[in-house]
Amino acid sequence: MRTDHDNRRVAGYKTMALIRHFDKKAVNLQRTGRLGTYASCLGAEAIGTAAGLALTRDDYFVPYYRDHATLYLRGVPLHQILQYWGGDERGNAFPADSDARRDLPYCVPIATQLTQAAGIASAAKLRHEHAAVLATCGDGATSRGDFYETLNVAGVWQLPLVVLINNNQWAISVPRGLQTACASLADKAVAAGIPGVQVDGNDLDALLEVLDDALERARAGKGATLIEAISYRLSDHTTADDASRYRKASDLHRAWQNEPVRRLRDTLAEAGLWDAQRETDWQQQCERTVEEAIDTYLNLPPAPATDMLDYLYAELPAALRDQRSALAAVDQEVRHG
Amino acid sequence: MAELQTHSAHAVPMNLLEAVNRALARAMAEDDSVVLLGEDIGTNGGVFRATEGLKQQFGCRRVMDTPLAENLIAGLAVGMASQGLKPVAEIQFMGFIYAALEQILSHAARLRNRTRGRLSCPLVIRAPYGGGIHAPEHHSESTEALFAHIPGLRVVMPSSPARAHGLLLAAIQCPDPVIFLEPKRLYRLKRLPVVADGDPLPLDTCFTLRTGDDLTLISWGAAIHETLGAADQLAADGINAEVIDVACLNPLDRDTLVASVSRTGRAVIVHEAPGHGGMGAEIAATLANQALLHLRAPVERVTGYDCPMPYFQLEQHYLPDEERIVAAAKRTLAY
Repeated sequence: MRTDHDNRRVAGYKTMALIRHFDKKAVNLQRTGRLGTYASCLGAEAIGTAAGLALTRDDYFVPYYRDHATLYLRGVPLHQILQYWGGDERGNAFPADSDARRDLPYCVPIATQLTQAAGIASAAKLRHEHAAVLATCGDGATSRGDFYETLNVAGVWQLPLVVLINNNQWAISVPRGLQTACASLADKAVAAGIPGVQVDGNDLDALLEVLDDALERARAGKGATLIEAISYRLSDHTTADDASRYRKASDLHRAWQNEPVRRLRDTLAEAGLWDAQRETDWQQQCERTVEEAIDTYLNLPPAPATDMLDYLYAELPAALRDQRSALAAVDQEVRHG
Repeated sequence: MAELQTHSAHAVPMNLLEAVNRALARAMAEDDSVVLLGEDIGTNGGVFRATEGLKQQFGCRRVMDTPLAENLIAGLAVGMASQGLKPVAEIQFMGFIYAALEQILSHAARLRNRTRGRLSCPLVIRAPYGGGIHAPEHHSESTEALFAHIPGLRVVMPSSPARAHGLLLAAIQCPDPVIFLEPKRLYRLKRLPVVADGDPLPLDTCFTLRTGDDLTLISWGAAIHETLGAADQLAADGINAEVIDVACLNPLDRDTLVASVSRTGRAVIVHEAPGHGGMGAEIAATLANQALLHLRAPVERVTGYDCPMPYFQLEQHYLPDEERIVAAAKRTLAY
């Protein structure tokens, strides 16, 4: 008989497979000029999925730019993720009824989301919420002041915060060894007086265990945790990057032997929870789901030009009325060709 | 244009610092979501004592002494504000605010816009700015143009206790991020009447402090003090200067400035910050664009020099004084 744990693992696999498919299609869209620069999550599917499964509706998620799987599990439709990378800010208007309703949008500046996550955790603590804040970052982010400042205050204020590092070994072209002399990134928690945990970032089961514990600890008011999930970036940094300039093909080949999606699929198959027929059916479902998302994305009406001013302030200041009128005229022209 | 009410049956004399303190106390009493954070603001009440007594009154959960990290303070405030708190963060001196710029410019200013209004960022960052109190290096900056340049921010610089009180109340109630720069040279200069239960003042309006037909003196923050002094000197010579306190640098109330200068035909802009790329340049360009045919003389600027604020032995030469303002006004009149 299947347990809840088994169901969760299968749901996790399905998400990971879907996101891998989505990721491949997103890169293709960029290559054919229908998406802007895109940050692939190839190789990080287990981390993003585990985060999405471990978070509850009452928790807060503070992502960095590779967290497509987590945002999808929080209820952000795939076409909105494409919208964001397609240069349409409406992609950040997460659905009001989704778990992501209060989550921060993707963060592109490195590590700046972490201090903000500490602020959200402070707000949650002040209001006595039974909620945790999960913030993610890459290994390069651990070189930034924001990272240290966040861990430091999380320790002093006992914040309900979990910082999850996707240590994929590369900060664009700079390898982990040139980024920091620390023996492990999890060790950086020591200076902040909070627990630091290292986990295999290609192992969904291990990630779930560590995240469940850390998030529950946070919700229970026992303070913050730093998690270092060790993975490998199987993609270029973004579609604007060419990793062959700085990464050995043999290293990449080796990393593929341990990639998270096939690994979980094999584990589930061994446990009798997955088989070839299910795989075929699910891959077809992934194809349909992603094609629908792409179709929706490509057929969205363009954002009005006035949008660039309309959300800047709560109310349009009088000083900006002339500029808005100029943009409204542009919209009028577009409508009437 | 808003006229000032400085005399009222309920008015109490207080200095600018006390007015800030009273506005914070009132905002916190009226709204549980208002919280304060910063270095030394709790038990110590801030290095200038702007938050004195507030920790005792509202507790350490709402008046938070933070670790010593300005970037963290701003990031915390952005996070808190994104979830509906109204954080009022203190940066001890404006010269220390640069560590927080990335959070203010890249995040606070943009959060509402980039989430299509799904999240907003109703924070206030308070910082004492400017020279004139013989402070050490890096304590006396006046770089408001850095912030006024950034869309999405509001930048407010009060120049009297009443305006500090009313504008700070408004800043805290405002759903947008507000950079609130306090002229520390005026903190304890004099006590003036403040209506402690008065209304917040508008955040998008210049204040006309003195009316006149001969020329318009335009300034804000601490430099208003010398500007008013210069207007007195000019009056003694029979010259009636209109004095406008811009107070809110972004969004800028261009209408009041253009209307005044269209009437007087002459303008002198006074600010403590360096002239190059400063707010005076923005205002001068606006006047050139919208009041050109009314101008009877080139727009003059009296500003700090284009150098870092010097150590305090030279700061009196750097700061615009009444003599420089009067001289500029007379050049304008003689043109």
